[in-house]
Amino acid sequence: MTKSARARIALATGNLAGWASRATGRGAGTQISGRAMLAIDPSLLTELADTRRIAVVSATNGKTTTAHLLTEALRGSGQRVASNHTGANMPAGIAAALGRDDAPVAVLEVDERWVPPVAEEIDIELLVLGNLTRDQLDRFGEVRGIAQRWRKLCEAQPQIAIVANASDPHIVWAVEPAKSVIWVALGAPWRGDAATCPSCAALLSWSADRFDCADCGFAQPDTPNRLEGDELVLGSTRVALPGSLPGHWNRMNAALALTTAIEHFGVDAPAAARALASVRVISGRFSSRPLGDGREAKIILAKNPAGWTEVLRWIEGRDTAVVLAVNAHVADGRDPSWLYDVPYELLRGMQVAASGERSLDVAVRLEYGGVPCIVESDPLRAARNLRGRDVHVIASYTQFTALTKRSW
Amino acid sequence: MVKRDSSVRIGLVFPDLLGTYGDRGNALVLVERCTRRGVPAELVEVRGGSAIPDSLDVYLFGGGEDDAQVMASDGMRRSRASIQRAHDNGAVVFAVCAGFQLLGETYEASDGSVLDGLGTIEMDTRSGAPRLIGEVVVAPDEATGLPTLTGFENHGGRTTLGKSARPLGSVIVGHGNGVGDVDGAVADRIVGTYLHGPALPRNPALADYLLEPVIGAAVRVPLDDGLPMALRAQRLGDAMLTGVAARVRDWKVNRG
Repeated sequence: MTKSARARIALATGNLAGWASRATGRGAGTQISGRAMLAIDPSLLTELADTRRIAVVSATNGKTTTAHLLTEALRGSGQRVASNHTGANMPAGIAAALGRDDAPVAVLEVDERWVPPVAEEIDIELLVLGNLTRDQLDRFGEVRGIAQRWRKLCEAQPQIAIVANASDPHIVWAVEPAKSVIWVALGAPWRGDAATCPSCAALLSWSADRFDCADCGFAQPDTPNRLEGDELVLGSTRVALPGSLPGHWNRMNAALALTTAIEHFGVDAPAAARALASVRVISGRFSSRPLGDGREAKIILAKNPAGWTEVLRWIEGRDTAVVLAVNAHVADGRDPSWLYDVPYELLRGMQVAASGERSLDVAVRLEYGGVPCIVESDPLRAARNLRGRDVHVIASYTQFTALTKRSW
Repeated sequence: MVKRDSSVRIGLVFPDLLGTYGDRGNALVLVERCTRRGVPAELVEVRGGSAIPDSLDVYLFGGGEDDAQVMASDGMRRSRASIQRAHDNGAVVFAVCAGFQLLGETYEASDGSVLDGLGTIEMDTRSGAPRLIGEVVVAPDEATGLPTLTGFENHGGRTTLGKSARPLGSVIVGHGNGVGDVDGAVADRIVGTYLHGPALPRNPALADYLLEPVIGAAVRVPLDDGLPMALRAQRLGDAMLTGVAARVRDWKVNRG
């Protein structure tokens, strides 16, 4: 790829800034590196993306994991793939990712709000869309607003190919104008934000596995592709999903990634599944921290009610103590009212600690839910204070990032 | 105690439409505070699309997204007589944010059209910019006997109270109704507010204020409110600090 002089200077400066940031221990250097690049050459994204095949992955939950799994599935088939695997999912992170790797294919995880602006800068071949639920309402506004922006993008660029979750009404509505959609029904465990039809605002009717609007006919698209237990069904093919990542939510992520790799990129199904089998830790998700007493705390990220609910369903009844670490910074959502949208009652009978800067909000929620707990704002100290062989720390976003950076 | 032949029915109205901001928490708190005092209570969910019965003791209307608010207001208007009858017979209404706006005479939908509310309180809501987001502290109307209230607001509403409407209190930090430095409205067995958080876990006294007409003297059975009081203190402390900072900023801007 030949680059303009300006782009070359932008890249060199950005990489230097990233190196300086890492060398001085300030962080991964992705943000600073990408920001420096875009400051010097604002059209850098367009140039970096030029001639590559670009797949953009977005969702409220699971975009980092899905993008990572898709990248691995494609690499497993021998392709060179660039990706913003550290979860830096806004223009700076994307510029940094494309700037350090000139692979002919790029899988980019993009923040929900940034999908349309990014699509204006670079030619996207494929959009992979997982789910839309409430997240940081004080910051992002309401779910339908995001769906509306995605729909406008699909109207403006109907040639972008789509792989999408057929079970999410907002996603189905958003991609209606697109010319080519590969559906996969992943199921909709969280329906709290899809009471009304995104198309006509009447009440949606939900059965066990599909939605319909009696007023305007908007309905879940029919597809033979679906998630069924631990298997992905693609027409007449059945693909076993990797068991190395915990929880139903990761079955959904893996199913979406595999559908994309197999149906859009034409990767051989068994090879794609094999490539995912070894993935265990993604950007610190599902990693462990030693507690200094011979035990380890396993760290799980939960960003919003849908994510928390999935994690709690998975942890319910397991032989483990649980620390709930919640902050209310901008990146967590400043209003922790959502605590009452999550069924913490599932933790009854388990050893639980309320933790994080908003440990008192958590403790009051647990008390009203009939779950006794200890209150300790430091999550690792809380984990040490709980008995039991295993401890899981379920953390909101800024608690999670602090924990995965922290060393003991 | 008020003589009852059945358990207290705490009604969560249209949780699928008006439940965007943890409003279920308010229902949970009311049920628990009855049960812990030995008063049997149950949570009754009225799903969107169904008629609101006149047999509930407390009617909770929560916050909601724009489309959902329009759906909810249709349903509420259709059940207006039923809600009115229940209230006449002693039921309590607690309405938050979108639900509060729907108690008024009119409100403005996202497309700019002005729609009718229940007309329970003389007030009108229009949408405004910017969206009002952040911690709120309210000094309640003295007649309520309530202590300072803490909550979190997140709305674009500007609610103007009419002559017959009384605000729930004066805003010390934050915006509340966005008009006249007051929040919400209070009438006989009706409380409306912009306070999320949710409001009742953070303000146990407000929960008991709502329960008093329903369970009578039983509301004076003390509960262990150690954790909610600690949460209150922390939230009020934080909000007062940010409130002072905001005042200083405003003062500098006005001066400069």
